[in-house]
Amino acid sequence: MTKTRDKREEEALGKAIDSKLLKRLLAYFKPYKYYIFLATFISIFISALAAVRPRLTPIAIDDKIMNKDIPGLQIIVLILLGTLIFQGIVQYGLSYLTSWIGQKIIFDLRKKVYKHTINLNLKFYDENPIGRLVTRVTNDIDVLYEVFSSGIVTAFGDIFTIIWILCFMFTLDWKLTLITLSVLPLLVIATAIFRRKVRDSYRKIRLLIAKLNSFIQEHITGISVVQFFVKEKDTIEDFEKINRAHTKQNIRGILYYAVFFPVVELIGATAVGIIIWFGGGQVIQGIVSVGVIIAFLQYTEMFFRPIRDLSEKYNILQTAMASSERIFQLLDYQSPIIEPETPVDISKGVKGKIEFKNVWFAYNDGDNVLKNVSFEINPGEKVAFVGATGAGKTTIISLINRFYDVNNGEILVDGINIKNLKQRELRKNIGVVLQDVFLFSGDIKTNIDLGYDLISLETIDESIRNTGLEDFINTLPEGIYHKVTERGTTLSTGQKQLISFARALAFNPKILILDEATSSVDTETELLIQDAISKLIEGRTSIIIAHRLSTIQRCDKIIVMHKGEIKEMGTHQELLEQNGLYYKLYQLQYKENISVNN
Amino acid sequence: MKSLFSLFPYLKKYRKKLIIGFIFVAISIVLQAIYPLVIGNAVDELSSPVHKHEIFYYSLISIVLILFGGIFLFFTRQTIIVVSREIENDLRYDFFSHLQFLSRDFYNRNTTGDIMAHATNDINNVRNFLGPGILYSVQTLLRTGLTLFILFNINPGLTAIALVPLPLISYIVYRVMKSTYSRSMKVQEAFSLMTAKAQENFSGIRVIKSYVREEFETKQFDNISQDYQKKNLSLARLQSYSFPMMFLLTGLSIIIVVYFGGLMVIKGTLTLGNVTEFIVYLGQLTWPMIAFGWIINLMQRAAPSMKRLMDINNTKPEIADDASTNKSISEKDIKGEIEFRSVSFKYPDLDNYILKDINLVIKKGESLGIIGHTGVGKSTLINLIPRVYDIVEGEIFIDGNNIKKIPLDVLRKSVGIVPQESFLFSDTIENNILYSVPNENLITKHNFKNELVKSSQIAGLYKDVQMFPDNFKTILGERGITLSGGQKQRTAIARAVFLKPKILILDDSLSAVDTSTEEEVIQGLKEVMKERTTVMISHRISTIKNCNNIIVLSDGKISEQGTHEELLKLEGEYYNIYLKQLLEEEIEKS
Repeated sequence: MTKTRDKREEEALGKAIDSKLLKRLLAYFKPYKYYIFLATFISIFISALAAVRPRLTPIAIDDKIMNKDIPGLQIIVLILLGTLIFQGIVQYGLSYLTSWIGQKIIFDLRKKVYKHTINLNLKFYDENPIGRLVTRVTNDIDVLYEVFSSGIVTAFGDIFTIIWILCFMFTLDWKLTLITLSVLPLLVIATAIFRRKVRDSYRKIRLLIAKLNSFIQEHITGISVVQFFVKEKDTIEDFEKINRAHTKQNIRGILYYAVFFPVVELIGATAVGIIIWFGGGQVIQGIVSVGVIIAFLQYTEMFFRPIRDLSEKYNILQTAMASSERIFQLLDYQSPIIEPETPVDISKGVKGKIEFKNVWFAYNDGDNVLKNVSFEINPGEKVAFVGATGAGKTTIISLINRFYDVNNGEILVDGINIKNLKQRELRKNIGVVLQDVFLFSGDIKTNIDLGYDLISLETIDESIRNTGLEDFINTLPEGIYHKVTERGTTLSTGQKQLISFARALAFNPKILILDEATSSVDTETELLIQDAISKLIEGRTSIIIAHRLSTIQRCDKIIVMHKGEIKEMGTHQELLEQNGLYYKLYQLQYKENISVNN
Repeated sequence: MKSLFSLFPYLKKYRKKLIIGFIFVAISIVLQAIYPLVIGNAVDELSSPVHKHEIFYYSLISIVLILFGGIFLFFTRQTIIVVSREIENDLRYDFFSHLQFLSRDFYNRNTTGDIMAHATNDINNVRNFLGPGILYSVQTLLRTGLTLFILFNINPGLTAIALVPLPLISYIVYRVMKSTYSRSMKVQEAFSLMTAKAQENFSGIRVIKSYVREEFETKQFDNISQDYQKKNLSLARLQSYSFPMMFLLTGLSIIIVVYFGGLMVIKGTLTLGNVTEFIVYLGQLTWPMIAFGWIINLMQRAAPSMKRLMDINNTKPEIADDASTNKSISEKDIKGEIEFRSVSFKYPDLDNYILKDINLVIKKGESLGIIGHTGVGKSTLINLIPRVYDIVEGEIFIDGNNIKKIPLDVLRKSVGIVPQESFLFSDTIENNILYSVPNENLITKHNFKNELVKSSQIAGLYKDVQMFPDNFKTILGERGITLSGGQKQRTAIARAVFLKPKILILDDSLSAVDTSTEEEVIQGLKEVMKERTTVMISHRISTIKNCNNIIVLSDGKISEQGTHEELLKLEGEYYNIYLKQLLEEEIEKS
């Protein structure tokens, strides 16, 4: 995680600003355009307010103090105080407003990206590591926050601050202004050099930190190898090399700061020196007043900040480019599994007939997992699929759900090609129990009804009773509201299975797909599971990838798969008599169970 | 806060540099403090008839002052901040070095993520306190003291009034930073929650799609995302308010000076220059006041971090040489006979024994095969030989020496182990295989060329390497190529073979290798095994059937023992496994 993040930051530093991307990003401002106008307006207003105060100083000093006008001084001070407080309040409002806009847009964008991602097809999930997708909806979007909040709005503020200050300075004394501004190129050059140096050095530091962290991470993960090979001292030596390099680069970075800040101060002091020297000369000649000099001294200080801020904003924008590119790439990906334009209506539910007609399928081109598979399952029939690992059993399950589209042939449900059905409608009719039970964090109830509010508490209770979960649930003080932790680590394998059975029962599907778990459980749970399975498949078309003899014996038909092809088909007895592949599989997988079950 | 005292030894190492740094800070601050006086005087001079060259003289002085102030500030940063980086380096070095020697038990109790957090966040927290913390506290104290002294000398009354808002700034900064910290922790929590939800949903995408729960989950995610937004806005509110607040208070000080100072000027008790001086000095005091609140926060964050670091640094490695170690045993003395005598073992936090009363002798140069179900204790058994864990009861001997008496490095160098999870470093294949070569000998790496090729041939890896883009120089892992599971295992075998250990242990190291390659590796290993004691764990009979002795482990005990033929005759568990695997093979072929 840290590693990929460092890599990303590295990449982000080098990204140029792309106007197309920027335009697309800015489009997200649209719903909030009035707020943006407001924020921009306030920001311009504030910059004016800030610039006004030094303008009042010469009035206070030249007119009031010099003329010993105490009431006048009081008025000026009150005005100063008023603008100050007013500015503080408005500043607070602006700052909050921009954060609010930023957060709103981030929320909208995140919602959009999440919705898009969760609706993508399974192949996409096969091809993209989950960690990467998580980063898209979390970190990548967060990076954009600054662009949407303070970034653009305050950039306007900065520009206007500079403009206002220049205006006021010019109205005070244009000659003095021009002379003061003569140090500006120096400041710009110094800042530019510093920025470049610091950025280069920062990039190098980031690289070294990434290296350092991945070295630590790698050697913690592989600590046993380090210790087995007695390489502790060498490892420390190698580590110190990177550690040293990192420290050295950091110290070099300190050098830039150590030079830059005094230089900026020196430039400022030069401006002050010039004002005093040149302005002082003017004062002597009576052209300029002392108050003006003091105001100029204040303005020069105010002038430097927005210039530095502006270059900061540029960096923010650069960083955002890399993230937005990745996000838009994800948004532009379209699922190849297309919904039919005029779907056949099955909202009243299906009967449950399933047909595979010459189905060919490959996850990757040319590598066929299913070869010319055809079979028919009548409504209410129970069919077991058996075969060695890699025979293609699980693929059949995925195809019935239309998680993938077949390469050739067709799959029909109630005689309708599943490509002509709405995916949601199709899947609503199919209940799936997977071998590796997936539990969501939440309570047991949500894991059964999956948050579907049409499933009543009675239904849940009933399915708990029918799957034999009751006894277990009764031992829990919170009952069905017992919290399940991450991936259900607090529950036993058997309990997790039963929960997933209860889930399938509660949804009451016409077609049930069951991938039996291979893992062994204690005999008591085993009996519970067997019992639950028979309740589960009752009255439904059932497709079972069977690992238990008891399940197989309950099925109407057994289909034996081998390397993507159907090899044998028939009842348990028929197939045993054939003395073929099934016979061997039976001996391998089920023989041991015979003693247990019979 | 006490934990921060443990930083003393680190600071002491750099005391000369630090003292010089403090002197530089003092000088730069004095110079900066004189500067407003010069400006104030200049303004006063301007109010009275004056000569032009005098003004020039003032402006020159002010520039020179800043110049020298800057130069000394430069040296300050070059000393104090540099020292903080040096100490960071030392801290990280000590921390990482210590990690190398901690036992497996420590790593079982602490996740990689936790340890990484110590290595990054905690060290960072301490560093931030050391660098800016020390520099700014010295700067703040000196500058505040000096400025107050000067201001009081100019006009005590005005100083007293003008200073009223300043301590408030410190206090507000302190409070704001404190709540900022707690609020950003909440933001972090909400963020983790959001990440966890996304992670969970994307992992469980099959279930979600099967039960058509996309909309529901999206809504759930939106709720979490909304909560995250709320937490962020609460933080934003605080931050929005803190800046204008500070700005308000500094502005207030200046207005106070303008008004009361103005009155005094009118009365004639104060000069206009004095007022200017006050304004400039107040400007100079703002930053130290902000810094003051900030430093306290840095300290509060650094203290627990330092405590966590010290806790780990004070953890003693559980398995290490001690007084009873017989230092005279060297690698040459190890011949390779292993004996387990009534060995029982359980993991520290668990109640039941994983291994019960194991008695076993493996003669020098012979081989032992171990087979049995998952979780039966096979890996635990072999991990006891290089002392990954120490046994609870019984004794293990190598050549008649109790392994607890053999120096740990001698023991481990004599045992070449290929762990179940073949961990490789993201480095070249060559460096991975040559891993056991000490750094100082690596310069003469080309001397190992022949052995490198030989080890990889034995491990059945050589042909694969020939096909890699840069042969042995090909980099593995994230920045390079990804090896298949079988290739990884074979690389790990080559690494262990290269070591030429007296005892070679393979922990199910061919599980991901296909059967034909397995045959090749076993043939290659045969030659190596002649000269050394070998222990092999496998799920496949084919891997271990040629061993001199085979044991079947079940329920922590040796249930069957003998050669392949002997075990088949028993018609027990081994026989059953054998039959099953024959069938599997048959099915695979059909």
